[in-house]
Amino acid sequence: MTSSIPLSAQLINLFAAVILLLGFAMLAQRRMLSLINLFALQGFCLFLATLVAAVTTGQVHLFYSAGLTLALKVLLLPWILHRLVRQLKVKREVEALINIPTTMLVGIVLVMVAFNVALPISELSHTITRGTLGIALAVVMLAFLMMITRQKAISQVVGFLSMENGLFLAATSATYGMPMVVELGIALDVLVGVIILGVFFFQIRDQFDSLDIRHMEKLKDN
Amino acid sequence: MISISGLLGQAFAILLALLLAPLLSGWVGQCRAWFQSRTAPPLLLPYFMLQKLFNKDVVLAHNASSLFRAAPFVIFGCMVLACAIVPTLSTDLPFAPAADALALVGVFGLARIFIALAGMDVGTAFGSLGGRREMLVGFLAEPALLMVFFTLAMIAQSTSLVTIVETLAYRELVIYPSLAFAGIAFTFVSLAENARVPVDNPATHLELTMIHEAMILEYSGRHLALIEWAASLKLYAYSCLGLALFFPWGIAPGDNFFALVAAIPLLMFKLAIGGFLLAGIETVNAKLRIFRAPEFLGTAFMLAVLGLLVRLLLEVRV
Repeated sequence: MTSSIPLSAQLINLFAAVILLLGFAMLAQRRMLSLINLFALQGFCLFLATLVAAVTTGQVHLFYSAGLTLALKVLLLPWILHRLVRQLKVKREVEALINIPTTMLVGIVLVMVAFNVALPISELSHTITRGTLGIALAVVMLAFLMMITRQKAISQVVGFLSMENGLFLAATSATYGMPMVVELGIALDVLVGVIILGVFFFQIRDQFDSLDIRHMEKLKDN
Repeated sequence: MISISGLLGQAFAILLALLLAPLLSGWVGQCRAWFQSRTAPPLLLPYFMLQKLFNKDVVLAHNASSLFRAAPFVIFGCMVLACAIVPTLSTDLPFAPAADALALVGVFGLARIFIALAGMDVGTAFGSLGGRREMLVGFLAEPALLMVFFTLAMIAQSTSLVTIVETLAYRELVIYPSLAFAGIAFTFVSLAENARVPVDNPATHLELTMIHEAMILEYSGRHLALIEWAASLKLYAYSCLGLALFFPWGIAPGDNFFALVAAIPLLMFKLAIGGFLLAGIETVNAKLRIFRAPEFLGTAFMLAVLGLLVRLLLEVRV
């Protein structure tokens, strides 16, 4: 290979692009189970990207974080969410606040903003994969958008987890990962967060007979 | 500049397109039947169909204008031209300088306008309904297709299809993430443009859903034969375009005769795989409501724009 970009960086770029693509697919998805599957797939791409970075740089802690990603985001969290969906019997999203094509257009604008914002920042970084910083920022913004436009509590949690994926990608691409302590802490926080939110789902449903969180905006019964 | 071998190669490519196009349609129909566990129609069914239609007399409506009679020839001519421009076997195409990727979109657009006008010409309700729906799909699909071409043109630094294919096929292997986006967008657009399942069903005559079939209801005899042939040529042109842009390996460089001969079975193999996948897509997807079609094509446009953005971010600098 004599091209200007080494193969490993090309692979990481490819996985980053697929992660962005899956972010958009999640934004467009109406069914709950497919949404969770897409999230698992996004986690798997993140795992592959981290693995490639780990093999290229030979940094041991990147291997650990790749393994953590695989165990937590590809296997454990989707499994918990699947179980929640089955127990709560939510099949599909009621219409989102903004319709899907409009959401997609807003998403494209967000991607442009993210790319432009990330451009000067990534100049400061010296890693081979600094180009993916823009994509990571775009994934974070898309996840934000999903949390804003969705009404069901579960899709908001998936949005939250997808945002964490974006942050993780940013950390890997810009600085080759955070220190191990920080990563472990975040991973455990996310796990505990999902478990607590799962308990909340049941509480919300018992209280309002629905997972639509708009019911919670009313302060008193009428 | 224009060599004899180039001209021969060009003529051979057009001839092959004319002959292979109905076969591709027949193959897709057969695969669809297999997927849906029906008894498959014979592979050569489209040829029998064309022969039957060419032997039948033309019945014209009383108020059909000359445009109605001219339209099949214009549409057929457009599709043959499209097949001539797309590099199928070799990149040595004397016709290629006549039209680049953007002009190709224009050629498809011209055919679309004529078929929509012809549908409205006789003044039946179905004809104008089909014409309007076709224009709705067309005006949404065209920008997405242009965006796909822009992404490829940025990679190859040229809008000429021949240059794009040469860049992608003969340079060292580089992974272009933007091509993944462009490829998916192109698949969406091809499905919509060729009246395939998520947007239209080529086998339906149900008035609520048909688009392409609604426009050609008034045609008969050799006119209908030409339109059917043009439809299969369009499918062939889009398939070859997709193969040339995203799987360009095996297309003969320049006027190398042996490479050209070797390219034929490879092309047929790739087309067979493509047709099989197309039938698979058509089987696992349900037809969308007509008002969902803008959403489908909007997604295609969005993917193409994303491809362009990813190209700018990831691949240009560094």
